Amino acid sequence: MGLLEAIILSVIAASTPLLLAAAGELVVERSGVLNLGVEGMMIMGAACGFAGAWFTGSTFLGALCGIAAGAALSCVFALLTLGLAVNQVAAGLALTILGVGLSGLIGAGFVGEKISPAPNLYIPLLTSIPFIGRILFGQDLFVYFSVALVAAIWWFLYRTRAGLVLRAVGDSHTSAHALGYPVLKIRMFAVLFGGGCAGLGGAFLPLAYTPFFIPGMTAGRGWIALALVVFSSWLPGRLAAGAYLFGAVTILQLHAQAFGLGIPSQLMSSLPYLATVVVLVLISRARGTAGSAAPASLGMVFVPDR
Amino acid sequence: MLLVLEKRAERSAVIAITSPLIAIALTLVTMSVLFAILGKNPIAALNVYFVEPLTDSFTLMEIAVKATPLVMIAIGLSLCYLANVWNIGAEGQFLMGAVCGSWLAVVTNGTGAGPWVLPAMLVLGALGGALYALIPAICKVRFGANEILTSLMLVYVADLIMDYLVRGPWRDPKGMNFPTTAAFDPVATVPTLIEGSRLHSGAVVACIVVMLAAVMLGRTIKGFEIRVVGAAPKAARFAGFSSDRLVLFTFAVSGALAGLAGIIEVAGPVGVLQPGISPGYGFTAIIVAFLGRLNPIGILIAGLFLALTFIGGEGVQISMKIPLDLTKVFQGILLFYVLACDSLILYRIRLITPYRKAADGTA
Repeated sequence: MGLLEAIILSVIAASTPLLLAAAGELVVERSGVLNLGVEGMMIMGAACGFAGAWFTGSTFLGALCGIAAGAALSCVFALLTLGLAVNQVAAGLALTILGVGLSGLIGAGFVGEKISPAPNLYIPLLTSIPFIGRILFGQDLFVYFSVALVAAIWWFLYRTRAGLVLRAVGDSHTSAHALGYPVLKIRMFAVLFGGGCAGLGGAFLPLAYTPFFIPGMTAGRGWIALALVVFSSWLPGRLAAGAYLFGAVTILQLHAQAFGLGIPSQLMSSLPYLATVVVLVLISRARGTAGSAAPASLGMVFVPDR
Repeated sequence: MLLVLEKRAERSAVIAITSPLIAIALTLVTMSVLFAILGKNPIAALNVYFVEPLTDSFTLMEIAVKATPLVMIAIGLSLCYLANVWNIGAEGQFLMGAVCGSWLAVVTNGTGAGPWVLPAMLVLGALGGALYALIPAICKVRFGANEILTSLMLVYVADLIMDYLVRGPWRDPKGMNFPTTAAFDPVATVPTLIEGSRLHSGAVVACIVVMLAAVMLGRTIKGFEIRVVGAAPKAARFAGFSSDRLVLFTFAVSGALAGLAGIIEVAGPVGVLQPGISPGYGFTAIIVAFLGRLNPIGILIAGLFLALTFIGGEGVQISMKIPLDLTKVFQGILLFYVLACDSLILYRIRLITPYRKAADGTA
């Protein structure tokens, strides 16, 4: 296996959790809700996903546990922000704090345990094509699912009536409400969907990336996923490009550390975070003249009047 | 039957006062359930968590030590949140304050420098925190970048900067390769209040900060400006208050307070710069700010209460073998309940029955 092939494979693996979580959050924000709890839902997905896989011995059931954990946590968020009209920024922070704590409690018993990682696809002949074989036909199912998920989200948002309604709710909840659409119900489904995606993205880490669980193993990926949504201007295609770009930055710094270029390892480790700041600044600046691409009702509280 | 929110005609004064208490009570109930799930006796666990620390003079002082950084950071954050500015990177500003102040302690170490060292360290710490906080503020004002994400990303960067310094250039040569600086000289150490205890004069600084904040918010134009920009941005623009300048101001003040808290923590109870100087003070302070209802006196009380959860968490970890993460769970749940109860100040929950259907039935 050549170095370039190895790098591409590891970039895809590093990008997949970001892509899964960010894709879910994109739908949430398109409906006008800002859920800052992605990090908490991801780490819960990681802990519960690992626990599920450890008990059942099945990666698939583990992934389902991760999805369920993320969705359950997002349900708490939905109850507060949609049901009780709580400030979304503060509730999102609370969700992250709670998720990090709960995952530590759940995961404490699993530290040091190992599971067999998710199997990679193997199609005779196709997978053994030099170079592209492993990249296109030799990934684990999470990778294929994440790509299909982004495509499905694009199709849903731009090619279905329900997607149009969801975008309308995000752009003007008062108009959508006046037209008779159930704003809060639509947002509730969006938030649950986003929670499931974040849980799956987190579950990818112990199920496929490294076959064990470490407390805090998401290491800020949830926050990077949130930044990716801004980076993408809320467009699914750009989101995928952004996720792979960030995966590439992460892997690049690992390889640079391995080569030992004499650069402090801490500087290289801080690259993904610094890149997020720089990208946010560049994107916001470029958009300054053209107006914001954010859904117009993003983060605003909505209490239907009757 | 359906539960709906309905806007109150006026803020409910009763709930405004009782909401933190209701939130704490609900949190305690939830925690009891959690303890029971973990297979521990809830009463005994709550006793270790909340009562035992209050019965011992050592743990009482320890609560004050832990509350000091929490209160100082939370006061700064409350100014931000009142103005609707979302600085959530106080943890990074805390660390940068600790790093900048420690620089002086490291270079003067063993040189027999005079008593000017500590005051200069405190100034450097506050300056370091303020400058670090100004990065997201300038990114927001100048380029419109979301301050929530940028301030948070810089937390990870600050952590790595400190890690680099204590493992590299600042490492104590006699420290047996441990990632820590040499112990600070006495002139670079915050004096203790009571001989032989860990209670240090930083607690006094925190109380002064609370008083200054109370005066500023209640009695000065700047305080008025902060509250108007947060509560009614359009009216503020009409009155000529610049929201950009306020973003810079609130970020700088909160960063300076977090940085000051950082250097006081390092030069006080810790005594060296090393990884793990903060058990998440910068994040817990967010909860302190909200639990204290963004009010300086409220924050002082809330800070003491949250400090109690740190001490209690350590207590149940030692005596009942419950992981320390329980403290975070507790804090997360508490913040949820605080936010939910605060919502009831503005709204009431009403039960409505689908009357239209009933009407159709009789017609």
